[in-house]
Amino acid sequence: MAEIQIKNVAKKFGAYQALHDINLTIADQEFMVLLGASGCGKTTLLRIICGLETATEGEVWIGGRRVDHLAPKDRGIAMVFQNYAVFPHLTVFENIGFGLRMQKLPDDEVRRRVERVASLMHIEMLLKRYSGELSGGQRQRVAVARALAMEPDVILMDEPLSNLDALLRMEMRAELKGVLAESKTTAVYVTHDQVEAMSMADRISVMHQGEIVQAASPIEVYRNPAAEFVASFIGNPPMNFLRAEAAGDGKWSVAGNVIDGPRYGKSPLQFAIRPEDMQPAGDGLEAKVKIVEPLGAHLLVTCEVNGTLFRAVLDSDMEVKRGDMLTLAPQTDRVRWFDPETTLAVA
Amino acid sequence: MNARLLPYMLILPVTLFLCLFFLYPFVLVAKQAFTTGAGFTLDNFREVVSYWKFPISLKNTLLLAAAVVPIQLALSLLMATMVTRMEKGRDLVLYVWTIPLGISDLAAGLIWLAIFEQSGFLNSMMHGMGIVDKPANLLTFQNPGLVFVAIALAEIWRATAIMLVILVAGIGLIPKEYYEAAEVFGASPWKRFVRITLPMLRPSLQTALVLRVIMAFEVFAVVAALGGTLFPVLMGETYAYQFDLLNSGAAAAMALVILAISIAATLVILRALRVPKGATI
Repeated sequence: MAEIQIKNVAKKFGAYQALHDINLTIADQEFMVLLGASGCGKTTLLRIICGLETATEGEVWIGGRRVDHLAPKDRGIAMVFQNYAVFPHLTVFENIGFGLRMQKLPDDEVRRRVERVASLMHIEMLLKRYSGELSGGQRQRVAVARALAMEPDVILMDEPLSNLDALLRMEMRAELKGVLAESKTTAVYVTHDQVEAMSMADRISVMHQGEIVQAASPIEVYRNPAAEFVASFIGNPPMNFLRAEAAGDGKWSVAGNVIDGPRYGKSPLQFAIRPEDMQPAGDGLEAKVKIVEPLGAHLLVTCEVNGTLFRAVLDSDMEVKRGDMLTLAPQTDRVRWFDPETTLAVA
Repeated sequence: MNARLLPYMLILPVTLFLCLFFLYPFVLVAKQAFTTGAGFTLDNFREVVSYWKFPISLKNTLLLAAAVVPIQLALSLLMATMVTRMEKGRDLVLYVWTIPLGISDLAAGLIWLAIFEQSGFLNSMMHGMGIVDKPANLLTFQNPGLVFVAIALAEIWRATAIMLVILVAGIGLIPKEYYEAAEVFGASPWKRFVRITLPMLRPSLQTALVLRVIMAFEVFAVVAALGGTLFPVLMGETYAYQFDLLNSGAAAAMALVILAISIAATLVILRALRVPKGATI
């Protein structure tokens, strides 16, 4: 049982504040993804959980034990590094068994565990090789096997798939998810790739400028972004935004249309809608088509609504060309509202 | 210009230079060593090897190398590890530590002579502190151990930095991620040094050791300054054959003996520190 609790963790590098007062609880056996653009502090947070970095303030608890003053090896964790860090002077066998050797486990126990995780990761035929004789994907498997061999409570992964080519990444994504679920460990996974985050996570913590903006299930993060940043970061293409002027009594004027919205003061709000949540209809937003991109499964149309760029995902059978005028009706239950002052979602 | 020929054209000048000023003299020396007036012979070798000073100078040279090189290896590893950990002032410390490299070996010998001789710093200091009644001549045939220690100290002082520089460069090439991985998987700082630094430093260790061991077999001026005739070494005997006894055939033979020892030592070092087949470092 290993629940991770991060309490009021802050990190400064000199004058630069990398993390601000982070609070996060990761449940036992949960797959938590830390998602954000580079420089958002996600790797720093992972390294603080791991013990390679010390928090300036705050506490880290793993499995009900405060660990922020313990060495990495005493925290019950194992880690998969971005560049794998598979030791080039050791064979695959000795790489996977490295941590077990450090624990001075008997030879037959090391052999048993190495062989078990090697077969789990389908690399049992590579055990005698050196890392220089492996492909990137195989090295990746060795790095994961080395972490699994420790039978840790928590497995930490720092962009483990980012150095693989697209096809291999997709394959490893599914495999890794299966292996981790099987091993019943708590996983913290850092990535900047939202597809990876959406497809693997039980929960995603979206990070921005050293803060966790939203921590929720993938579908919740996608459907109900807690802030404008999340809405514009998640989803490809991201959410569309239009300025909405108060029209009184919970009505808002968006590009000349009056739409039902929240009762929320008189200052303007941001109206937001996902590109796939609109249909061409007789009544709606007037959009002038600028670019048409047929993507096979659907049609991605970039238009201009009231001088603002606006994307719509339409049926691939639609005949649309540059310069056409479209009338797009937003699906009302999918419309979201944000306060431009706080950038937070308005219910 | 033919692209296949271009690389050879580019290395031609340096090849010619080496042939003219290295290979050609070497061939001459070899010829001298293996001939007397009357064609091919091993007489020169027989002469130098059967001379009574040969076993002593061989023993002294090997003993000095065996005493000095391991200490220098340990010291340079320690110093390199310390320098690598420094965040500020690292270059300054490196410069200071490598100053002895810029001093000729004879000058280095003289510096240490100034410390150990009868009117030297060591005697003055011990006399001033009342440890000895009067300054004593330390470097005499009555103190062979002290002569050896003085020479060893001067050699360590003079030539540790060459290994240090090579090892600092080598350690700098080891990616930080390997140390982090080792730490996460439970390796103590000492284990990280033994299991990560040392094996991954093998190519640099090879270079440093080969260079240093060859230098140790060629030791001459430091010994001449501190030991004079008290501590005969191979290179000193070579010098004596050439310039005192005016026997250039014997001097050439001695030079080849030293070369053979150097080659043998190099092969042993390369073999001992070889990277396993397939491993890439």
